[in-house]
Amino acid sequence: MKNLLEVQNLTKKYGSKIAVDDVSFTLEQGKILGLLGPNGSGKTTLLKVLAGIQHPNAGTAHILGNSIGVETKGQTAFLSDVNPLFTSMKVDDAIDFYADFFTDFDKVKCDELLDFMKLSKNHRIKAMSKGMIEKLNLSLIFARRARLFLLDEPLGGVDPVARERIVTTIIKTYSEDSSIIISSHLVHDVENTFDEVLMLHEGKIILSGDAEDLRSSHGLSINDLFVKTFQELL
Amino acid sequence: MQFTGSIPIYEQIMRYIKKEIITGELNGEDKIPSVRDLADRLSVNPNTVSRAYQELEREGLTETRRGMGTYIVGDKTMKDRIKKELSQDLVLDFVEEMKASGFTAEEIIGFVSERLEKETL
Repeated sequence: MKNLLEVQNLTKKYGSKIAVDDVSFTLEQGKILGLLGPNGSGKTTLLKVLAGIQHPNAGTAHILGNSIGVETKGQTAFLSDVNPLFTSMKVDDAIDFYADFFTDFDKVKCDELLDFMKLSKNHRIKAMSKGMIEKLNLSLIFARRARLFLLDEPLGGVDPVARERIVTTIIKTYSEDSSIIISSHLVHDVENTFDEVLMLHEGKIILSGDAEDLRSSHGLSINDLFVKTFQELL
Repeated sequence: MQFTGSIPIYEQIMRYIKKEIITGELNGEDKIPSVRDLADRLSVNPNTVSRAYQELEREGLTETRRGMGTYIVGDKTMKDRIKKELSQDLVLDFVEEMKASGFTAEEIIGFVSERLEKETL
């Protein structure tokens, strides 16, 4: 399979603080990458650079051969760890908002996803729980025909039942045409969705590889490998 | 199905299918679920299920029929072959764990026969 994403020597600083430090990796089309690291390791910044929200200080990133910019914004769907929707909106307002904003938004697919998530269109966002808002945002993102999905902590602050539904949705939505990057520190719940794993520490890649190869070479689950790796560092 | 961490997921899926064959849940000529169906059901990456299916086919346990799906091959000797292979895997895991816990060969045999005698009572 060809590479959908190519990242080379990417660096992003906030003032003198280096958030992403000389990161290089590739991701094939149709693969799911687990981006793992503790809080403050640079996961969100890396995703924001790939989404075209933050500009790198050095290095390059290409999505389907295009350098990050106007063209790639239409190909990437970013799920922020902060709710981007106005809380006064109802679910159907949010759908209209997305449909206006993104030409690749598929309303039929969105309805299917909301149905599976058991979310009513009449809910007002203000009155929804954190888990419900996460499910709504995930449905909105996955209703786009994007090529690269960037999910920042999709399970953060969500109860175990909602987590399972979110993981199932990720698997159901998986397509061979697109790739997904999932950042998480709740590794156990999502590790069976990963093809590849990349661990970040202070903005640097400290471990990466094929998820199944890592399991057999270390004799550990990805979750245990994650805990072991960072116990030695922190 | 619950996965244990240290063994690759695709190997666990292969073992799962093999167990289904041994217990008679799956028989020769039976169709197995599509990659997507099993991925949904087990909540694992479809690429992982696909890899398990490729390996099963390579081992001659299944065959893909164009446009129809994946089937268990209708081979009578297969069940015995898988049984032997699976038992070797399970015994190996068990013996290694026992040895690592400091048990001698005689003790392992003793404990196993003691356990089996209890089961038959």
